[in-house]
Amino acid sequence: MSSYEVAIWVFMLAAFLGFELIRRVSPLLHTPLMSLTNAISAIAVVGAILITGEKEASTLTRTLGFIAVVASTTNVVSGYLITDRMLKMFKKRNTEPRLSGSGMHQ
Amino acid sequence: MESIFPALYILAAAGFILAIKWMNSPLTARRGVFVGEIGMLLAVVGTLLRHEVVNYEWILIAFFIGTAIGVPIAYLMPMTAVPQRTAFSHACGALAAALIGTAEYFRHTPHGFAMGALVVETLLGFLTFTASLMACGKLQEILPTRPITYKGQNFVNLGIFGLAAVIGAALVASPESTWLFPIFAILSLVFGVLLIVPIGGADMPTVIALLNSYAGLSASAMGFVLDNKLLIVAGALDGSSGFILAVIMCRAMNRSFSNVLFGAFGTIQTSTKKTVERPVRSASPEEAAEILDAARTVLVIPGYGMAVAQAQHKLREMFDVLSRRGVDVRFAIHPVAGRMPGHMNVLLAEADVPYDKLFEMDEINSEFPRADVALVIGANDVVNPAAKTDKNSPIAGMPILNAHEARTVMVIKRSMNPGFAGIDNDLYYMEKTLMLFGDAKSFVSNIVKELNTALAPAR
Repeated sequence: MSSYEVAIWVFMLAAFLGFELIRRVSPLLHTPLMSLTNAISAIAVVGAILITGEKEASTLTRTLGFIAVVASTTNVVSGYLITDRMLKMFKKRNTEPRLSGSGMHQ
Repeated sequence: MESIFPALYILAAAGFILAIKWMNSPLTARRGVFVGEIGMLLAVVGTLLRHEVVNYEWILIAFFIGTAIGVPIAYLMPMTAVPQRTAFSHACGALAAALIGTAEYFRHTPHGFAMGALVVETLLGFLTFTASLMACGKLQEILPTRPITYKGQNFVNLGIFGLAAVIGAALVASPESTWLFPIFAILSLVFGVLLIVPIGGADMPTVIALLNSYAGLSASAMGFVLDNKLLIVAGALDGSSGFILAVIMCRAMNRSFSNVLFGAFGTIQTSTKKTVERPVRSASPEEAAEILDAARTVLVIPGYGMAVAQAQHKLREMFDVLSRRGVDVRFAIHPVAGRMPGHMNVLLAEADVPYDKLFEMDEINSEFPRADVALVIGANDVVNPAAKTDKNSPIAGMPILNAHEARTVMVIKRSMNPGFAGIDNDLYYMEKTLMLFGDAKSFVSNIVKELNTALAPAR
């Protein structure tokens, strides 16, 4: 298989996995879900680092890469932090901390 | 040493998948964020250690600037502004993808399949960048929120998109024609702006979800260009997430998905039916408080108006007082209430309403006939019975919350102006409906005052 063929397989499987996972997310959490997936797609930072940090990068590519690192870092940082800030607000009241929630880091 | 990097990327991808999986419950969601963070950390470290990366100073400066922008956004942004923030971060993500695609083009000028992926990446990236900025501007009300339409709009939009696609195809056929690239980029940018011009505020939930999807797909296409599986996986997860949310939003408005894909949303015709002055019954805070206090079950239906009036905290006080007096108060949330998917839930959670009192439409609709009071606050079209009864209504077939089935309906509203779709709401003229005219926040706060003072302390 060529590497593109593999890549298309990966894409297809990941997309279907995404569909299955996201269908199970309660509408209650759709806003934090969106900001979480947004932070995840800031994985573009990987491409941005490769281009900015390259040895023989031209001024043009380094500038573009630099802006891209700034933009995706902004997304990573604000995305994860605000998702967590939102999720902290979702509380059940008048119930003792449940055992099933013990895995949560407070 | 080199062989450790693929392992880090694989672990990162696993982290992202688990992160989304754990979002299915509020009990595990924060754990999900945590593994997502670990995944991102592994991916970044794995990339920084790669031998191609030799210059660190620019990267570190960029990290610093990005963090300096991101942290205040995350902590200072009020929850009502979450839709704007989300749109803004779609813009950032898309910009990054587009710029990386551009840099990659001028660096390597890929051919064949990789060039095709690069064209998709930059097209989606640039158009999502400007479209998201426009959406952000509309949500922040820097730009007019009313849909702006003109004759031949779809023709112009499709023409520009078609032209961009043709130039993109030409670039794939002959990647060396560098002069085509700036034209391609500009057309994509312009198309993004035009795409959002006809969108009204009430359609924002769908649009934001769709832009989320585009931003993800753009990152995924970047994975094809750079032959990086982690990018493909993370982008595909984001792309499918946005896509599903967009579909859910469409269904909740009974709009076809093609309608959204072709950017023809927001073009609901305002009904030409003349609105005849019809009598309505109105009530004062005192009367409303009495009815609420006498009720056994109250279902509250919040809408964007609640967010605008910042009434969610007062609403929670009302919830507390009524709960203490033995009234069963629950919240009925329509999927498209607010400006993004799940918007109302976040606002109510911020106001400390316990999440087990928040119910989605399908769960709660059967409860309305048994409810003593349906209290509509800042919502309009999502409770309009015309969606069920009037086949000619612009919102015909849209699933609604059955507020009209409750014994008494109370609607907090500023005036009798029709809502976004410009449609009159028969709910307001029903025999059992009481209109509570005024600002949502002060009206609810007056109800709370009444409940606390005027009424007997216990039943």
